[in-house]
This record gives sequence, structure tokens and C-alpha cells, in this order.
Amino acid sequence: MLHLILFLAFGVVCVAGAVNLLVQRHPINSALSLVVVMGSLAAEYLLLGAEFVAAVQVIVYAGAVMVLFVFVIMLLNAGEEERTKGSRVAMIFGIPGMLVGSLLITWVLLEHSGTQSVAVGALPGPPKTLGWLLFHDYLLPFEVTSVLVLIAIIGAVVLAAPPESARRKD
Amino acid sequence: MLSIETFVAISLIKTVIALFVLLTAVAYTVWLERKVVGHMQNRWGPTRVGPFGLLQPLADGVKFMFKEDLIPPHVYKPLYIAAPMLAVVFALTSIAVIPVGNSISIGGIQTSLQITDVNIGLLIILGVTSLGVYGVALAGWSSNSKYSLLGGLRASAQMVSYEIALGLSLVGVLILSGSFSLREIVDAQSGTYLGFIPRWNIFPQFIAFFIYLMAAYAETNRIPFDLPEAETELVAGYHTEYSAMKFAMFFMAEYANMITVACVASLLFLGGWHGPLFGPPLLQALLPLFWFGLRIFGFLFVYIWIRGTLPRFRYDQLMAFGWKFLLPLAIANLVVTAFVVAIRS
Amino acid sequence: MVPVSYYLILGGILFACGVAGFLIKRNLITIFMSIELMLNGVNLSFVAFAAQWQALSGQVFVFFVMVVAAAEAAVGLAIIIAVYRTRETLNVDQVNLLKL
Repeated sequence: MLHLILFLAFGVVCVAGAVNLLVQRHPINSALSLVVVMGSLAAEYLLLGAEFVAAVQVIVYAGAVMVLFVFVIMLLNAGEEERTKGSRVAMIFGIPGMLVGSLLITWVLLEHSGTQSVAVGALPGPPKTLGWLLFHDYLLPFEVTSVLVLIAIIGAVVLAAPPESARRKD
Repeated sequence: MLSIETFVAISLIKTVIALFVLLTAVAYTVWLERKVVGHMQNRWGPTRVGPFGLLQPLADGVKFMFKEDLIPPHVYKPLYIAAPMLAVVFALTSIAVIPVGNSISIGGIQTSLQITDVNIGLLIILGVTSLGVYGVALAGWSSNSKYSLLGGLRASAQMVSYEIALGLSLVGVLILSGSFSLREIVDAQSGTYLGFIPRWNIFPQFIAFFIYLMAAYAETNRIPFDLPEAETELVAGYHTEYSAMKFAMFFMAEYANMITVACVASLLFLGGWHGPLFGPPLLQALLPLFWFGLRIFGFLFVYIWIRGTLPRFRYDQLMAFGWKFLLPLAIANLVVTAFVVAIRS
Repeated sequence: MVPVSYYLILGGILFACGVAGFLIKRNLITIFMSIELMLNGVNLSFVAFAAQWQALSGQVFVFFVMVVAAAEAAVGLAIIIAVYRTRETLNVDQVNLLKL
């Protein structure tokens, strides 16, 4: 019972944050709503027993990636959005489309999922078992993602560096 | 097992006590800093309000409450008001997982001196430190002034850069202890080498200890890494446009962060609350608290001592130090520790 | 005891909001944030299924999704900075010609 109440509480916060991201006109408000979504998702992961994933979600996603977003919004001084013709058309088709889509997903899932439930903290194991899996069965994807991150670092530095003419002659 | 009402009641009591102790500690850390820095600079520090100026924090609190809480017209109001609250909330949250002693039993109920012992206690502290960047960044941006924006950007870049070295320096300790739970890390440090040297993590992990201290000084924006609030350069950095209670909240957040860093360092590297126990049972229950408090006081004194002594880093020196020196050193420490542990087992 | 389908529905709603944001919004950064929202919805589904089938591989996959999302965020934001530097605008309707 308490599980259901907590799930619904954090679920409502999640959906409210997601809808707020769509409704707000200034990107900084959207960014902060996304941080709220990530925080409540971390709570949902804790309810499922995935404590390490919840901690990583807060440290990496909400604490680093979103800080990067906020940083860029501050740096570029992004202002409020304007309503253009394109955005009006998109809203007329997009919002009903999204509602229909989510209702369809909900209906399909409720009809076909049966009555399987998960208990609180259903996932087994301390982070140790996760680390074992990561470094034994999934070693190749791990190494590939580390190369990917290296490429991303180099790419980001090259792309965001000021152009040649703007650099001072040392 | 406790019933849920008892559990909630005990947790509430522990939370209230911990918050009260933390806020008093924050106020008196400010007093300690003013006295110590004053004496280092060959002057007295606060002496007039109460004996040795001990009532100075009270006078400061009254001043902050009665000062005019000005909201300049050009700021982005929602974030301007929310940013100091965010900073304080995240600074005070870490106290929830910090243990200060073993279990005690009062009136037949056994409870540990920690608000909650989670399996991932250390990760929660790291997560809350990561979230603490938001208070600073949003304060700098919402103030709509160039000093604040520059201070906010510098502060967030600095905090994000040194978070990595902070986390990596702690992984060596985690390898030695085998758990994320702070209580288990302290328990792994009981016993002695050679019969008289305590088995504290500072001895095998002294490099990690220094990396942690330096990264923590950068995370809490203290000298020598306090460029974001450098008085001589940026007026007051990200809290230029703040006054009265909101400014006091930033102040509180900074000192609460210092205390959290001191707590984590003493738990992970200096053996927590271990120390000689003697005397009647009541004294034996209270002595671990005293030893813990002694370590915290030592760390705070070192913080203040360094503040009174060193000049500050320039911004490019600061970033180069974090990325090019601390991070490779932390990774090297991690590799060597893992190697030694793997060979030994 | 909460049925798994509830978690999946929550993930589906987040994904749908992400898609809607991607279509509706005109600011480049907000569009990017909608992509992150979609990835978060997918992560929730992964963890929910991992809990249902007691398979830890679901959690490992969540790590990979997070790493890829972080890398993509870094490069994408660098591209956005470069676009802003040359075209002085972040409105997706105005970034529609290859020539400046």
C-alpha cells in the first residue's frame, strides 16, 4: 500500500515536471523541470531497489549533464521562445497526437501485461554484483563506451573552441 | 523490529537534534574563523559581545534578520529567491547519512547515532555535492549583473571540475573497505597495525587523503580556491546582489559544506569515532562523540589556518591544477590501490 | 506491490512528453532537453523490466544509456554553441539554410 502511494507521489511529480518542461517558455525553467523529473526518477529507481542506478542518476545525470545544460543556457543567454507559425502548427497537431499516443501506450500495457507485480526493492544484489557483470560479461561495451566518451570530449572541445581569427597571437 | 510509528518518531527526533547541532556548529565555525584569522593577523577578532566574543554569532543572526531584504528590480525573481534556499537545503542534507558513533540504547530502544544508514551513504553525499552546484550557478545567473554571472560561471565550472577528483580519491578507500555504507567503512578501520598504529585509512591512502582535501577546498570555494567570491576581483561574485537573510543562507551553506567535508574526511580517513574508551558506561557512550568532535575541530582549524595563510589561485591555474594534476594523480592512486588489493587476495 | 505495467506506463508518458517537446518547441536547447527526457523514460522501462525478470543486465544497460546520453549532451551542446556563434539565433525555424 505504501509502495503504491510512494510510486504515485513520485510519478505525479515526474509527469508534472515533464509537462512543465513543455509549457514553460524560458529554457532555464524547462531545464530545472527536467532536473525535478530526474530527481523523482531516482526515487522511483530506489523503490525498485536499484540503489546504485539511483545514485548514478543523481550524480551523473542531474548533477553533471543538467549542470552542463544550465551552463550553456547561462552562457548563450537564451531568451524566451517566440510563437511562430511553425510552432502553432506543431502545437495543433503535436499535443493531441501526444495525448493519443500516451493513451494508446497505457491501454496496450494495461490490457496485455497480466498481473505481474514487483515488490519494493525487488532488484537483488549490492553494487558488487553489478560491477562483476559490468567487467566480465559486458567488458566490450564498457570499453567501447569509454572510447565513445573520449571521442565526445575531443569533439566537444574542437567544436566549441573559439574560431582561429578570434584567438590572440601569443 | 520497531513499529512504523516508533521508527518515524525516533527519526524525527534524531533529525531535529542533528539539525540543531549542525546549525549551532555552523554559527560557531564562523566565530572560530574570525577569531583564528584575527589572531593570525595579529589582532583580536570579536571580543566585545559576550566573553571572548562568544555571543557574536547571536548578534550576527539578529543583524541578518533585521536587515532590509532587498530584491533588486532587475533580477529574475523566482530563481533569485530559490537559489539560496537550494544551496542551504543541499548543504544540510548530507548530515542525514553521517554517523557519529555506535549504537546506543535509550529506554530499551536500540538506535544508531545516525539518522539513516543506507547502503550507498557515500554516494548520497557525492550526489548532494553535485546538486549543490545549482545553488551557485542559478544565483549567479538570476542576479542579472556581470559580476554575479562571471562569479557564478566560474564557481560552477570549478565545482564540476573538482567533483571528479573528489569522487575518484574516495574510490581507493572504497576498495579497501568494500562497502559504500559509511558505518561499514568506519568499522573496517578498527584494529591496529603492529599493535599500536591504528588501522586508519590515511596510512595506506595518504595520497588520496591529500587529493580529497584539495578537491574539497575547491568544492567548498575556500581559499586558495575562492576565486568565485574573491573580494578584490569580483565585488562578491555570485552573491553580490544578495542581502540580509538570503546572503546569510549562502554563508550557512558554505560553512555547512565545510563541516560535511570535515565529517566525511574524518569518517573515511581518520577512523571516525575510534579512540581510547575509559570510565563508567555513561562516559563510554559519550566518548566516541568527543573523539569525532575532536577530529572535526582539527579539520576546521586546518581549513581556517589555510585561509589565513595562502594567496588564491588564478582561474587558469585553478582549472589546470584540477584537470592536469589532481585527476591523473587520483586515477594513478586508484590503479595502484586496486593492484595491491588484487595481488594480496 | 505495484504492477510492472504502472512503471512502464510512467516511462511511456515520459517518452510521449519527450516526443511532444521535440515536435513543439522551437528553441534548440529545449529540443535537446526533450531528447534527454525520452532517454530517461527508456531508462525507467529498463529498470522496471530488470526488476520483473530479476536480471541485472537491465541495470547495466541503464549505465550504458546514461554514458551515451552524457556524451551526446556534451557534443550536442558544443554544436549548439557553434550554431549560436555563427547564426546569432537559437530558433530552429531560422536555422534552415546551409548558407549563413
